[in-house]
Amino acid sequence: MKPALGDATDIIGILASVIIVAAMLIWVERRLLALWQDRLGPNRVGPLGLMQVMADMIKMFFKEDWIPPFADRWVFVLAPCIVFITMLTGFAVIPFAPGVGIIDFNFGLLYFLALTSLSVYSIVLAGYASNNKYALLGGLRGAAQTVSYEVFMGISIMGVVMLSGSFNLREIVEAQRDGWFIGPQFLGFLIFLIAVVAESRRAPLDLPEAEQELVAGFHTEYSGMKFGMFFVGEYLGITLSSAIIVTLFFGGWLGPWLPPLVWFCLKTAIGIIFFILLRGALPRPRYDQLMTFGWKFLLPAGLLNLLATGAVVLALHG
Amino acid sequence: MARIEIDGELHTVQDGNNLLSTCLSLGLDLPYFCWHPALGSAGACRQCAILQYRDADDQQGHLVMACMTPVQDGMRIALTAQQARQFRRDNIELLMTNHPHYCPVCEEGGECHLQDMTLLTGHTMRRFRGQKRTHDNQYLGPFINHEMNRCIACYRCVRFYNDYAGSDDLQVFGIHNNVYFGRFEDGALQSEFSGNLVEVCPTGVFTDKTFSAHYARKWDLQTAPSVCVHCSLGCNVAPGERYGELRRIVNRYHGEVNGYLLCDRGRFGYDFVNSPKRIRKLHIAGQASCSVTMATDKFHTMLQAADGVIGIASPRASLEANFALRALVGEDNFFLGLDDSEHTLLNAIHEVMRDGGIHSPSLQEIEQADAILILGEDVTHSAPRMALSLRQAARNAAFALASKLHIQPWQDAAVRELRKQAPTPVFIASICSTRLDDIATNTWHGGPEDLARLGFAIAHNLNDAAPLPAALNEDQQALAANIARALRQAQRPLIVSGTSCSSLAVIQAAYNIARALPESAPQLAFTLPECNSLGMAIMGGKPLQQAFAAMNQGLADSVVILENDIYRRASTQQVDAFLETARHVVVIDSLQNNTTEKAALLLATATFAESEGTLVNNEGRAQRYFPVYPVTDPVRASWQWLLSVMTDSPWAHHDDLTSACAGAFPELATIVAAAPGADYTVEGCKIPRQPQRYSGRTAMHANIAVSEPGQPSDQETPFTFSMEGTTAKVPPAVLPVIWAPGWDSNQAINKFQEETGGSLRAGDPGIRLFEASGTQSWFNDIPPAFQAQPGVWKVIMLPHIFGSEELSLQSPAIAERCPAVCALLHPLDAETLAISDCDTVAIRDPSGTLIMNMPIRIEKTLPPGLLGLATGRPELQPLQSGMLVCLHKSDPLATDVSEERS
Amino acid sequence: MLSQLRSLWEVLKHTFVKADTIEYPEQRRELFPRYRGRIILTRDPDGEERCVACNLCAVVCPPDCIALQKTEDENGRWYPEFFRINFSRCILCGLCEEACPTHAIQLTPDFDMGEYDRQNMVYEKQHLLIDGTGKYHDYNFYRIAGMAIGGKTKGQAENEKPPVDVKTLLP
Repeated sequence: MKPALGDATDIIGILASVIIVAAMLIWVERRLLALWQDRLGPNRVGPLGLMQVMADMIKMFFKEDWIPPFADRWVFVLAPCIVFITMLTGFAVIPFAPGVGIIDFNFGLLYFLALTSLSVYSIVLAGYASNNKYALLGGLRGAAQTVSYEVFMGISIMGVVMLSGSFNLREIVEAQRDGWFIGPQFLGFLIFLIAVVAESRRAPLDLPEAEQELVAGFHTEYSGMKFGMFFVGEYLGITLSSAIIVTLFFGGWLGPWLPPLVWFCLKTAIGIIFFILLRGALPRPRYDQLMTFGWKFLLPAGLLNLLATGAVVLALHG
Repeated sequence: MARIEIDGELHTVQDGNNLLSTCLSLGLDLPYFCWHPALGSAGACRQCAILQYRDADDQQGHLVMACMTPVQDGMRIALTAQQARQFRRDNIELLMTNHPHYCPVCEEGGECHLQDMTLLTGHTMRRFRGQKRTHDNQYLGPFINHEMNRCIACYRCVRFYNDYAGSDDLQVFGIHNNVYFGRFEDGALQSEFSGNLVEVCPTGVFTDKTFSAHYARKWDLQTAPSVCVHCSLGCNVAPGERYGELRRIVNRYHGEVNGYLLCDRGRFGYDFVNSPKRIRKLHIAGQASCSVTMATDKFHTMLQAADGVIGIASPRASLEANFALRALVGEDNFFLGLDDSEHTLLNAIHEVMRDGGIHSPSLQEIEQADAILILGEDVTHSAPRMALSLRQAARNAAFALASKLHIQPWQDAAVRELRKQAPTPVFIASICSTRLDDIATNTWHGGPEDLARLGFAIAHNLNDAAPLPAALNEDQQALAANIARALRQAQRPLIVSGTSCSSLAVIQAAYNIARALPESAPQLAFTLPECNSLGMAIMGGKPLQQAFAAMNQGLADSVVILENDIYRRASTQQVDAFLETARHVVVIDSLQNNTTEKAALLLATATFAESEGTLVNNEGRAQRYFPVYPVTDPVRASWQWLLSVMTDSPWAHHDDLTSACAGAFPELATIVAAAPGADYTVEGCKIPRQPQRYSGRTAMHANIAVSEPGQPSDQETPFTFSMEGTTAKVPPAVLPVIWAPGWDSNQAINKFQEETGGSLRAGDPGIRLFEASGTQSWFNDIPPAFQAQPGVWKVIMLPHIFGSEELSLQSPAIAERCPAVCALLHPLDAETLAISDCDTVAIRDPSGTLIMNMPIRIEKTLPPGLLGLATGRPELQPLQSGMLVCLHKSDPLATDVSEERS
Repeated sequence: MLSQLRSLWEVLKHTFVKADTIEYPEQRRELFPRYRGRIILTRDPDGEERCVACNLCAVVCPPDCIALQKTEDENGRWYPEFFRINFSRCILCGLCEEACPTHAIQLTPDFDMGEYDRQNMVYEKQHLLIDGTGKYHDYNFYRIAGMAIGGKTKGQAENEKPPVDVKTLLP
């Protein structure tokens, strides 16, 4: 099938809304964490503190754009752009609703996997270019963690691919008309969830950052807008991850009564909130625990899931 | 040497000492009160209890007082045994039952030996619930505060005041718990050493009244090592500063010079630094204001325009400042700024010290003398701290007898009992009675000529080669023979003389005696007028009168006067004429005086507390002093002013100047080594002037500006004006504060000594410039005996500890203790004039012009024909030593001295 | 694994718990009297300055932000000639209050002392001294200390005997 490109309004609309959502997430996360920690969170700037994002942005824009003299200048500038670009382009394949989306092609899922893998370059390069021991440690952790969890992530969603018989995300959504894949692929969902948290380096699996040990890990030396790009890149990552989870396991835009786009947004929002809840509730594991858990538990479990799904699919359709 | 075991550890220690002193010398902490290294042991306070074991098998041990137990080879003792610790703690608890618990309002708090010892023993809670005994206080004069409630009855004060310093107006009254240390009635303490009570008292009974008036805790005082500038002895002092004001002086131990003690002039004379007479602004005649640039420009143009510049040096300025002046004006135009007779005397003394082959003793060596002749000096008033050393030397016969009787020298009470049985020969030949007469075996009074003649006679008695004065009367001959005999028998005879009676013959006679003494190491000590008099003599320069002549002859038309009030050095008419002839008069000084009033350019200079320099004391010891706190603009150190106008000067820093000075004069070659230079660091840091606990750093200047200024930098010395760095391991010459962990009081000094009362670790500061070498021929110039002429009196200047020194006179406390200006007269003379005590006489010069009116005090010991007046009092400026005057009984109403001048 | 889920649940339950936040400055909290805020100097029950200028607060102060100078009145009572606290340096640790032997220096529950001009953060004695006793109502240092001051001579302090008559012959 020939890849279908969405029209210009779709592209601009999605790009704008995704960036705005990512930016607003700064506020949402702080408010939600405050809610769960019995605080109020930012509530002073504008109604409900909504303009906090604006205030933060103004602050970031006006900060001195400082590059440490000991840093590798060009790589240092490049690193935050990579995470921002990869995360943003990831949204290209997300099927927001029937007819709403930027691009629709057969290997959408592979494209997503490829882009999330690319984003690790940002971490590695930032850590390397900063020429700072904490940043380098953070970059190393990021590389190892992303490379490891990529494996289980890929394996965990193969079940979904088998069930739907396609890498095209729209077809995967359509394949869930009879039931979301969360049911048959529960194990796959769990593995994918963990892997996606690790991939997006969110707490509790934010070992490359790990403030308590590494100051701020790979972005120790970053400030101003370059730090802002890492920051927004992270929220883009959350949004993308939620969207893909919704697409793969929760039937995408499918749902009764409401328009498909609303369903999709609603489900994604719940996904995002869950990500924030994870951060608010769970402690960070030790680095070795993370790796052990990945290779010794998630890999066999993923393979098992693949085996079982394959067997069931063969049995039913073979 | 003895080997003793302390707490299971073997130590090799000196024989003959007591255990307390030994333990402290080893660096062990053992509490004590009544013992003091200068006073010996009394065994009164029971605080230094330790456990002594009979032999190696004894496990029980018995309590002994460490200060009363001599070291014995092979003895076993324990300081930390539970029994001894408990005893010491109980003892402190008993002492503290009556001691007030108001350390916050006690000046001693924070440097209190009692606090230190209480913490050391671990007593923390007062369990006694009874009432505290109280005492009324006394007024003890302008120096000392009295607060008897704080007394723990250790008896140190009376032991120091009566036994050590020889005064008797502070006594102990009452019995048992009520003993009272004070005077019979309120009044100023009479001793010239009363200030030492502040440090001798282990608690706050006696505190420094001048310090209390602008009090700061010891931990808040910025300090640097300094040298006293109020007499020629060069006692080491530690001045303390807070909020830009000099707050006090405490003793800085020096094993060879001042030991543990200072005189009151040295301790309380510091306040001139804060005097309202301090010059804090630059001044150009005829201009309202003057900046530093304007002043240096003016100074520079004056020097350029001048046709010959005369430099007048100062015996109260450092070697470096004087050397800078000498470099500026050239050797030919360098004048010492001393009056003629003083100039001659200093040159004579310098020659004798350099070439006479007689050892000039330190104060520590003076204390070891076993026969003493004081010729023409009232040492208590001309070099006060030396009088205290002489007083100790007077006990040496008793020590010798004690040693024969196997009494340890530190057994204070026992040795003092022997004093009457074994008097040390001390002869005082002076103009009139002195404060040391009570230790003298014989005193004799006469005019300067007669004193010299007696001296020559003694020398002749010792050695026939020495010239014999003609026409001596029998009394004098017998006395001379008597003194000669005593000196000959002595092991370490000491002759003390000096400049007080303005007589060259006296100094020459003193040298003849020292030279005539046989092989036994004779010692000859001179007292000099000012803190750097000997340094000036070494540097050499022309007399002041030649400066006047040079100006008159037109050889020079400008003058630079360095820290010298030349009105004190010559007659008013002469100085007036000199300064009026001069086209340019530049005066560099710190206090307003008659000379500064005549300055066309007046440069404000730093005092000893704000500048650095090297001084040479009477024994020939070069010592460095350091600024305690930075000067405030526009004040500069004298040497900085002088260097600032030397365009081609190769010297940028004080150290350069010191080395240049050392290079220019062979005798001063070693002064560089007197103290480390500015590049000296300890562990990479400069030495901090502020203690570790210095407080208020971020608030003290906040009223001026809340942004804190950086610490002032100090390029010239190894010190920094901050708390950063360590003072634990610095050499004594740059040790700013005496403090050790757990020892907040000045008695922490035992942590810095080789042994208690000994020299400081790494050597006592300062460099001796002369050692005895060569020999001089006999002095033959014997003056004729003094003949009193009827109707004419010879003025004789007598120094006084309070008032004779220019700077200390500006301290309010010293000024309060200055005796009223009066003239001394022999009773027979008074009878001739038909006057009695306190009557006023008119002093006229022989031509009949009235000089001034003055009250008379009748002094039995003053020889007839002499009129005794106090040295250095501004009121007496018109009268000079050796002047002949007529006296008339005057109108009793005209008693105001100052109004009758001119 | 279950504990992780339980944590998630427990945290999620807080969605329905009211926030503890007090919206300062509109709402103000009732602070305890021993709260460590702005420093004051108090007076004793007789209305005299309690501070005896002993310097203990200054020496214990970690940022060294207290500076004062002792002086005496004509009867020997110690008091500070000036007493300065640089509040722009103060960390409100309260060590000065603990060190104070006379209960003169006390910390109050007033803590909002922001200024637009830093110089206004420097408080002199007239800004610090209040007209009351603060937290300790009855304590008067000089009634206990055996020092003679105006209106109280030797032997009149608490738990003191009258001054010894040195000249008595009685045992």
